[in-house]
Amino acid sequence: MRPVGKEGDEEAMAFLDRAARSLFLTELVSGLALTFSYMFKPKVTLNYPYEKGPISSRFRGEHVLRRYANGEERCIACKLCEAVCPALAITIEAEPRNDGSRRTTRYDIDMTKCIYCGLCQEACPVDAVVMGPNFEFSTENREELFYNKQKLLANGDRWEAEIAQNLAAEAPYR
Amino acid sequence: MPKLTIDGIEIEVEAGTSILQACEQLGIEIPRFCYHERLSVPANCRMCLVEMERAPKPVASCAMPCGDGMVVKTNSETVLKARKGVMEFLLINHPLDCPICDQGGECDLQDQAMAYGFDRGRYLENKRAVKDKYMGPVIKTIMTRCIHCTRCVRFINEVAGVPDVGAVYRGEHMEITTFVEKAIGSELSGNLADVCPVGALTHKPYAFTARPWELRKTETIDVLDAVGSNIRVDTRGAEVMRVLPRVNDDINEEWLSDKSRYAYDGLKRQRLDRPYVRKDGKLVAVSWADAFAAIAAKVKGVAGNRIAAISGDLADVEAQFALKELMGRLGSTNLDCRQDGARFDTSVRAGYLFNSGIAGIEKADVILLVGTNPRWEGTLVNARIRKRYLAGNVKIALIGEQKDLTYPYAHIGTGPETLQQLTDGSHPFSETLRNAKNPLMIVGMGAFQRADGLAVQAAARITGEVYGMFRDDWSGFNVLHTAAGRVGGIEAGFLPGEGGRDLHGILDGASKGEIDVVYLLGADEIDTAKLGKAFVIYQGHHGDAGAHRADVILPGAAYTEKNAVYVNTEGRPQLARLAAFPPGEAREDWKILRALSEALGATLPFDTQSQLRQRLLAANPIFAAVGQTTPATWAPFGVQGAVDAAPFVSPITNFYMTDPISRASVTMANCTEALVGPAQERTGTHG
Repeated sequence: MRPVGKEGDEEAMAFLDRAARSLFLTELVSGLALTFSYMFKPKVTLNYPYEKGPISSRFRGEHVLRRYANGEERCIACKLCEAVCPALAITIEAEPRNDGSRRTTRYDIDMTKCIYCGLCQEACPVDAVVMGPNFEFSTENREELFYNKQKLLANGDRWEAEIAQNLAAEAPYR
Repeated sequence: MPKLTIDGIEIEVEAGTSILQACEQLGIEIPRFCYHERLSVPANCRMCLVEMERAPKPVASCAMPCGDGMVVKTNSETVLKARKGVMEFLLINHPLDCPICDQGGECDLQDQAMAYGFDRGRYLENKRAVKDKYMGPVIKTIMTRCIHCTRCVRFINEVAGVPDVGAVYRGEHMEITTFVEKAIGSELSGNLADVCPVGALTHKPYAFTARPWELRKTETIDVLDAVGSNIRVDTRGAEVMRVLPRVNDDINEEWLSDKSRYAYDGLKRQRLDRPYVRKDGKLVAVSWADAFAAIAAKVKGVAGNRIAAISGDLADVEAQFALKELMGRLGSTNLDCRQDGARFDTSVRAGYLFNSGIAGIEKADVILLVGTNPRWEGTLVNARIRKRYLAGNVKIALIGEQKDLTYPYAHIGTGPETLQQLTDGSHPFSETLRNAKNPLMIVGMGAFQRADGLAVQAAARITGEVYGMFRDDWSGFNVLHTAAGRVGGIEAGFLPGEGGRDLHGILDGASKGEIDVVYLLGADEIDTAKLGKAFVIYQGHHGDAGAHRADVILPGAAYTEKNAVYVNTEGRPQLARLAAFPPGEAREDWKILRALSEALGATLPFDTQSQLRQRLLAANPIFAAVGQTTPATWAPFGVQGAVDAAPFVSPITNFYMTDPISRASVTMANCTEALVGPAQERTGTHG
């Protein structure tokens, strides 16, 4: 049985409203209007390989081993990073160098194991191992991701300027 | 017996106990640096301060004897404040270079600074820096880290008895040094790094190589002398990184000799890691099957009396027992485990054991050393004798070579005739022996490694009988062996059987062509030139003299690489445990013999080590008492006869190189260079 009286009128009006909206494609138009409105706003996408977004100074990217300004490597083979690494990605071997100082003979990071937690750089007492701003280090094969000391030191030389800046920026909070 | 209250708990302790010891009995931890339970008490670190009622200031608990009615508090406000203050003073001049310090992770100062110290320093002035000292080839010094606890000075003066280390200057300028820039001339110097509570003295060979948290610890025993010191072998992967002593009050207390501690780098060098067969005069690497085939081709058809076996100093009991069984199956009784050529009666256990036990030395009141240099033959036995000497009221006499034994002794003779003079009472020292309550005699291998060894043994036995060394309540006749495998070999019956030849017979026979096959179980100290044209099978772990002469080499396992039984000079069987696997194709020794027996068609009746051990126990039940000594019953031993007047000569000419492992060790070579031979006589004016 159809409803009568006031209720019946409201139902008839709603039906008309729906019918008019679908007939005149109002939803489509409002949607397109929103789309067109973005044509006049600044764009958010980046032309990635040529353009890059800002990165926090706390960003945890590819690992590096740093040197002092005089070229001496910072790492003293204390093995704290090896001990703290939850993924067991770091392997260190050490022996006394000819001048009697404590230095590594081997410093390997297995980047396929690394979970980028940043505990290694937290543990380092001399800021030797640092996770730099570089995140673009994909390789063509797996073996290239087994970093050795030479590779890590070369990374350090390449990224030293940015890393020093980041560390200076973070110094007040450490 | 004073009764006192510590932290509200009443305790009754023996008179003379310090408060610190009483606290330990209650399980209360008192931090300390200078106090060491086996050294004298200087009370100079002040870390162990506790509060005592009616005392105006906190007292040093290590030096304060317990008194009746004392009320001590160890965790009051005052005590905590005192500890924090002491810790802050200690850290004023400590460099805090923990990341590069080898003690890091097992450092008393680090641990106690975490537990009792402040979390930051208030000291902004310049820290003290001290020049590092040279202390010899095994101890590395970083003297800036020193906190002046003087444990090292007390150890070297009291336990080692070589007063080479001391302190110069006073107060803040105090420095620990050797006199003067000289290597420490002690065989116990490695313990300095153990007693050092900080990283001032560390192990030179271990420097920077590993961290304590990455090492796997295996509790085992040492085999580089016959003392059988208890050790802990720390490994990383398959590599032995260091060797540390374990506490065993019956044997080594908590010390370890430098050879036992630092020869481990020899385990990585000169290793035999695969079988070799000599072809056209050259050793060629082959497979196990080929090596066994080469042996079988040679041995099959050879009469039993033309086969002989000699076991070496480092051979374990299982291997010697398995080889004995194999030789029995081949019909040979030509066995000897005394590769040094010592002649002594093995029919009575009392005749070849250290009957009083090493700890028994402390009960003796007269000690007679016969043909031995205990400082080199059993360093920790010597340390015990020195401990006895320090306790006072003891007379020590030596027959044999005069050497510095770290304690004064009367040199009463050089050869066996002195024993006879003691027996008939014509020697002035016999009066002292007669008045002794617990006389003790230690006979070294120098007395047995001679043609009249059996007669010397009998002469020593008779001297012992005359002076009451064989009583129901006291057995004071001791033999100090030099090899870990010796007593085990004797107990396992690795000795000439019925009509069998001993070492001298085997070597004579081999050079005359009467022996065709000689099996060397790690025997390197024999005169290999005397093996003549015999076919030599060498089973062992190092490419040393024996392997050099061998026709077939079977690579075995070193003592850190197998589960095995060794018996020390007291007759105490102890278990060596596997800490790392043998390198390459090397195998545990009993397994090699079991496999070889099959190739020779004389299969040994055991497939597992437990079956082998059961057979061993059936043959000699003393092996069941692992870690304990089985007292030997006395019966006459030795063969009375004419003795040669020649003086006794100690068999060890270089303490640091006595076996294949220590001969392959670089550290031991450094020690030899610095401490043995010409270097010792060299003075500062040379060169």
